[in-house]
Amino acid sequence: MMFLESLLRDYTLQIVALGSVILGAVSGILGSFAVLRKQSLLGDAVSHAALPGIAFVFLLTGVKKTEMLLLGALISGLIGAFIIISIDRYTRIKFDSALGLILSSFFGLGLVLLTYIQKRPNANQAGLETFIFGQASTLLKRDVYIMIALGGIILLVVGLFWKELKLFCFDCEFGKSIGFSDTKINLILSSITVLAIIIGLQSVGVILMSALLISPGVAARQWTDKLSCMVILASVFGMVSGVVGTLISSSVAHMPTGPVIVMVISVIMFFSLLFATKRGILWRYIKTRRDSRDINECKILINLYESALNHEEVRHAHKTTMLKPIKSLHYLRDKGYIRRDYLNTWVITDLGMEKARNSIDKNRGERV
Amino acid sequence: MTPQLEILITVVIVSSACAALGVFLILRKMAMMTDAISHTILLGIVIAFFITKSLTSPFLIIGAACMGVFTVYLTEMLKRTRLMAEDSAIGIVFPFLFSIAIILITKYAGNTHLDVDSVLLGELVFVPFDRLVVFGRDIGAKSLYVMGTILLINMLFIAVFYKELKLATFDAALASVLGFSPVFIHYALMGLVSITAVGAFESVGSILVIAFMIGPPVTAYMLTDQLKKMLILSILIGIVNAIVGYWISAILDVSIAGSIATIIGITYLFAFIFAPKRGILAMIHLRRVQQIEYAVKSLLFHLYNHEGTDIEKEESNRHSIYKHLHWDKRFLERVLKKAARRDYLSVNKEYLKLTPEGRKYAIKSYEVL
Repeated sequence: MMFLESLLRDYTLQIVALGSVILGAVSGILGSFAVLRKQSLLGDAVSHAALPGIAFVFLLTGVKKTEMLLLGALISGLIGAFIIISIDRYTRIKFDSALGLILSSFFGLGLVLLTYIQKRPNANQAGLETFIFGQASTLLKRDVYIMIALGGIILLVVGLFWKELKLFCFDCEFGKSIGFSDTKINLILSSITVLAIIIGLQSVGVILMSALLISPGVAARQWTDKLSCMVILASVFGMVSGVVGTLISSSVAHMPTGPVIVMVISVIMFFSLLFATKRGILWRYIKTRRDSRDINECKILINLYESALNHEEVRHAHKTTMLKPIKSLHYLRDKGYIRRDYLNTWVITDLGMEKARNSIDKNRGERV
Repeated sequence: MTPQLEILITVVIVSSACAALGVFLILRKMAMMTDAISHTILLGIVIAFFITKSLTSPFLIIGAACMGVFTVYLTEMLKRTRLMAEDSAIGIVFPFLFSIAIILITKYAGNTHLDVDSVLLGELVFVPFDRLVVFGRDIGAKSLYVMGTILLINMLFIAVFYKELKLATFDAALASVLGFSPVFIHYALMGLVSITAVGAFESVGSILVIAFMIGPPVTAYMLTDQLKKMLILSILIGIVNAIVGYWISAILDVSIAGSIATIIGITYLFAFIFAPKRGILAMIHLRRVQQIEYAVKSLLFHLYNHEGTDIEKEESNRHSIYKHLHWDKRFLERVLKKAARRDYLSVNKEYLKLTPEGRKYAIKSYEVL
């Protein structure tokens, strides 16, 4: 409650929270595509590649106007993405090596430019470094407007190319065969990913941006098999972690916003991995146990059935030693498939005979 | 030794140590793992610092190296759940651990010299200030000795386990059949990467570690197919890049790490464009040659198929044949020129005719298909 109250009262906090919400929503949407296309780390590389653009624009103009700096970031991020895609396409260098190479050399160039700027006498460069680690608390109303505009562009592009994006997430080869260009789709997707990263640069910074792209997508993937649901869910996860992260960092002293947002989204992600229905680790564990129990029961029942057929007397009782494990026997008795005879012997019932015959038929059918 | 020389030698040693290991990393498709490790070691350092309360304790290096291996383990664990791809696993693990590190630093270690910027960006300029003093005598910069030792360990590891590394890299299945454990090799390699990253982070920063581990090996990979040559080339390229980068940074008075990383990128770009056989230019040339070659064959097949049929006149008309083959007119001219130069065709005003030579070549090529 205390959090909510401060959210209602504190104007700066509202701005920062709004910024984080937009960031979370947008990165969740694009992250879904990145995760599905197995290009999760492209965001990491591109966000590093944005640094020289920021520094270069500042070097040229000498002023710290957010629009201009972000434009520089956009251009150099796009150049980085383009080089990565070309390296992956035209040489045998693997995608991840290309990422690492561009990431480090572009970031290095950024550092060179930043240090060069610092050495100049009249520089008012203080604050450029915030792009490396991000500082959500420095967000202004105008920055949030820019974020909204960029977010709108991203939503529009995703809406327009929804069909194509979907096609290329799941069956790239088919997409190419019916005449769509994978290079173009790749470039469109990289461009809007760069845009999303640009949105995040100010609040979470270059380094943590990749978590914001990947974790919501991975978390959402565990809950659904439908792309539209996944995208919506991912953006909800992103928004929630944006707000919660901002609130925690504003109410606890010495809590950097970016890392806290990353912690929150990581917690959501780990929770999803463990407890998601159908795909989650816990769910799968329970299902595996249930399956193995069923198979075990089925085996015993068929065993009994076949030995019953081998004896002249169908009601012949069999010893426990032949029918391990005992636990399954009790389950089978509860279902009425077998009954206990004298001492430790068991007899198959009519119902059990029926059931065994059915499952043998079914298995045979499957084998054929 | 002058301070400048000490810095230069340190960088050269770091570059060799990283570039040698990097060869195996990029061949094993683990390049981005260096990115992850070089960030997460910060958490190892922070935790070790909270335990030992000292920034000079050797436990910091041990803690950091353990964290590096832990990063690899955690990534693989996430991957094994089969709920996400490997790259997603990397992208989740390292920001998570790195965030914990930053939160711990800003919350509890605000007053110490544990500075996030310097970890990532590195300050080579400070290398000469941290001296190694033995028995009261100053024997040189400390990081020189630290990195020298690490370089030695790396080289020894590669020399001793060369065969195993090679096998595990190119055919992990065969390696495990023959009784070498690819898992052991994998974790040993990752342990060394972590130690190297830790040793180097203080002086060069994680960005340059990543650049050294990926850049020179990737450039070398553009130039050769042999593992041994690739190793040697990679180390050489690393050293040259380090020296050139350092020299440029001295002239412009900018970040040494940044300048070297930039040079590494530029060097790769050169290899990307101009490398014989694998560079972009060579590839474009090769593709063009193959395209014409293929087109000549198609043309010969076309003529051969219609030789002696009723529609031969129509199908071999020099001015309309491009329509049958769905070619552009200019392309046809180039193909004709090439075919005529090899005497596969005789071209008169109206019709194209196969020469005996061309017929033989067409049949031969067809049989190959």
